[in-house]
Amino acid sequence: MPKDTGIGASSKRREDVRFLTGVGNYTDDLSLHAQTHAVMVRSTVAHGRIVKIDTARAAAMPGVLAVFTGEDFAAVGGNPAGWLINSRDGTPMREPKRPVLAHGKVRHVGDAYAAIIAETYAQAKDAAQALSDDTQIEELPAIVDMKAALADASNRVHDEIPDNLCFDWGWIEDNRAAVDAAMQAAPHKVTLELTNNRLVPNAMEPRASIGEYFPGTGDYKLTTTSQNPHLTRLLIAAFVMGIPENKLQVVAPDVGGGFGSKIYHYGEEALVLAAAKRLGRPVRWTAERTESFLSDAHGRDHVTKIELGCTKEGDILAIRTETHANVGAYLSNFSTATPTFLHGTLMSGPYKVPHVYVNVKAVFTNTAPVDAYRGAGRPEATYSLERVIDMMARELGLDPFEVRRRNLLTPDQFPYQSPVGLMYDTGNYQATLDKAVELGDVAGFEARRAASAAKGKLRGMGLSTWIEACGIAPSNLVGILGSRVGLYDAATVRVNATGNISVMVGAHSHGQGHETVFAQVVAEKLGIPESSVEIVHGDTAKIPFGMGSYGSRSLAVCGSAMDRAMDKIIAKGKKIAAHMLEAAEGDISFADGKFSVAGTDKAKTFGEIAFSAYVPHNYPLETLEPGLEETAFYDPANFTYPAGAYICEVEVDPDTGRVEVASFTCADDFGNVMNPMIVEGQVHGGVGQGIGQALLENTTYDENGQLLTGSFMDYAMPRADDVPFYTVDASCATPCTHNPLGVKGCGEAGAIGSPPAVINAVIDALHRGGITHVKHIDMPVSPGRVWQAINA
Amino acid sequence: MTKVSMTVNGKAVSAEAEGRTLLSAYLREGLGLTGTHIGCDTSQCGACVVHVDGKAVKSCSVFAMDVAGSEVRTIEGMANADGSLSVLQQAFQDNHGLQCGFCTPGMVMASAALLADNPKPTEAEVRHHLEGNICRCTGYHNIVKAVLAASGQDVPAVAAE
Repeated sequence: MPKDTGIGASSKRREDVRFLTGVGNYTDDLSLHAQTHAVMVRSTVAHGRIVKIDTARAAAMPGVLAVFTGEDFAAVGGNPAGWLINSRDGTPMREPKRPVLAHGKVRHVGDAYAAIIAETYAQAKDAAQALSDDTQIEELPAIVDMKAALADASNRVHDEIPDNLCFDWGWIEDNRAAVDAAMQAAPHKVTLELTNNRLVPNAMEPRASIGEYFPGTGDYKLTTTSQNPHLTRLLIAAFVMGIPENKLQVVAPDVGGGFGSKIYHYGEEALVLAAAKRLGRPVRWTAERTESFLSDAHGRDHVTKIELGCTKEGDILAIRTETHANVGAYLSNFSTATPTFLHGTLMSGPYKVPHVYVNVKAVFTNTAPVDAYRGAGRPEATYSLERVIDMMARELGLDPFEVRRRNLLTPDQFPYQSPVGLMYDTGNYQATLDKAVELGDVAGFEARRAASAAKGKLRGMGLSTWIEACGIAPSNLVGILGSRVGLYDAATVRVNATGNISVMVGAHSHGQGHETVFAQVVAEKLGIPESSVEIVHGDTAKIPFGMGSYGSRSLAVCGSAMDRAMDKIIAKGKKIAAHMLEAAEGDISFADGKFSVAGTDKAKTFGEIAFSAYVPHNYPLETLEPGLEETAFYDPANFTYPAGAYICEVEVDPDTGRVEVASFTCADDFGNVMNPMIVEGQVHGGVGQGIGQALLENTTYDENGQLLTGSFMDYAMPRADDVPFYTVDASCATPCTHNPLGVKGCGEAGAIGSPPAVINAVIDALHRGGITHVKHIDMPVSPGRVWQAINA
Repeated sequence: MTKVSMTVNGKAVSAEAEGRTLLSAYLREGLGLTGTHIGCDTSQCGACVVHVDGKAVKSCSVFAMDVAGSEVRTIEGMANADGSLSVLQQAFQDNHGLQCGFCTPGMVMASAALLADNPKPTEAEVRHHLEGNICRCTGYHNIVKAVLAASGQDVPAVAAE
């Protein structure tokens, strides 16, 4: 019988009502007294030296209040990378300054080098055009292709970086010789070169920021579209502007999706704060969608060669990869962690592979920065691995399902130390694979294939068995690996005098439904109605601290902090109850919202204890402070390891090359599930994005560094008629062993597991249809690419 | 600037607008009705869909002046008279048809227009109709389910077809 409240219930989302009635509170919805409007002036060339910016005409235009250029920020700091990566030779990565506004050079189309502040948006826009016309930029050859960038030392994105190489990372370098030897000795070797296509995250709400300055106190306030307001505050305070943290409030109100792109601090946030101070008026900026395409951090963009050594029976012996990862023109905050520790550490997947070595060369180019996008490194690893394993099965004439079963770790092998540095705590990969086979009706495939064939379509089935690592931690380990931040999270549970609860959490919800799910978790543990719990997020003035939401970490890390804070609440409640009930503290138990004396019917409700804490008339004041509010910081002992099996069926039209996803089945292990409805929704969304990557989406720069896919007219977003209903299941749960809720994280799974399942299905369809010369097609498998492959 | 008047959600309203003021800007900035969202600049995303004289239109592709005197309905005018969610809005909540909520106003308005024309659409008709509305969160699954549910159809049965 499904529960109707608390953990495990599909509670309806409380946030929905405001979104469904048009009274949400997104950044651009705010309107402030005396507000002014900022428009960024962006480079129209990919690479150039700024010769002269003549601000006179723009500054004199109607309504213009201020013009900012890179010169205004020359003295302040740069926006840093959050992770220091060392190259194989031990040298640190090259880390060029990322200024608020480009100074000296522009390095990608869309690189902002000036900003106009005006009374109205239209006036600012007009002046921005004038300033663009009055700027002389000496155009330099654009560096777009990664391998060409490394080959030509004469042309540099950053003058101080001679070969455009950020780092050349080996994981694990000490294992390289052993991996090479194992590869050499393997009876069979499979080699695959593939591209993980560059994507634009395209959260539906464009980025927006509003800066305010209060001269009476010297306080700043930034309202911004952020997935983690505390990190934004930290970066602005400690690195970019030097504003004391206690003088800067960062608020991320309702945020319309993020998918990674709103984790990072962007220059516009510093700009609106500096402008607000100079003008003494609020300054607002909202991106046009074209600016999102040009200046949001993009995702993926790996070119990989993967080699797999195996026995003739399909036992994987060794895996070796060489990847070129595009970091774009500047290092976005997580851009160096994404292709390394979020990618190389996943390269053994859910399999028992003795030898794995990963090499990643990160390359600067004259393109927008590239950073974490839903999955972040893990989709790239999964795609490489799941494609090459399918290729192995095909070359050896083995069944791809059986090949995976042969290599999957078995439940008795946990905890498992992977050859690429991770310690998987728990899992049951056979169970999710069995479940996917059942739900996807693999047994009935042949009949469906025949039906497709009767319509002239080629039907194929593709599998991927994937794993990811979520909730990156512990902080001391990631510190050794180069992280410049901690990866804990925090929560304050405030029990009010009347017994209702406010929980201030460091995680940020921008679609995930934390306001609902976190309240379920609190209600379950404290035995109170969900409606008595309010979840507060997205405001540095209200919340102790937090590292925000990304990497499927919210519940695993922040939820655990919340759980720990509740433990403290219950412990204090027992002391209060012991006093009120005249019993020993050790005799008090807490269950179902009541503090009871063991073996008696004496009890106090949670509400009575809360009231007593704030009206402490009958209270142990000599030993206990009044009030009932506790904070916990939680630093996980390990990552969590969600895993699953995805089966995709496609129909390919051999005449046009058009691919249609006929069905998509997901069997996932997310550990314990707090709200099944929301978990399913997360998987749906991830799979939708994964199908988008596999079939539709591609970010294309031409040889001059011009973005050819700079709008929704040119960049193919998945639409309702591009996808089917999905079948999803999360019943094969092996709870995480090291966090109190036993949760693993579900936000990215769909985007990680789905692209290889789609592509494997397409190749399968072609082979079953007799088109056996096609070994691989790069994503997106558009009709044109498929048709060309068929007819090659 | 000219005073532009129309009826929005049953109320006579007027606000200043220039010739170039889009209906979306008129609603958001002129009237403070920020439920209508702007998600792109090429009339592709559909977050700004409203009803003008009963037809779904992308309010970013219409000048406010051109619809002066019209009956406009926005997401703020979709709830029942007593403030409770309409059948369609309730179906979106019941079926988890929204996550970040940003595309939701356009999805609801576009779906309402569909159901007004075609009270029992098929799954394919719903998907085709919503082609002009982009959602990045839901993979569309629960949006399509919500619209079918709001039409009174048995969703599992439709999905199984």
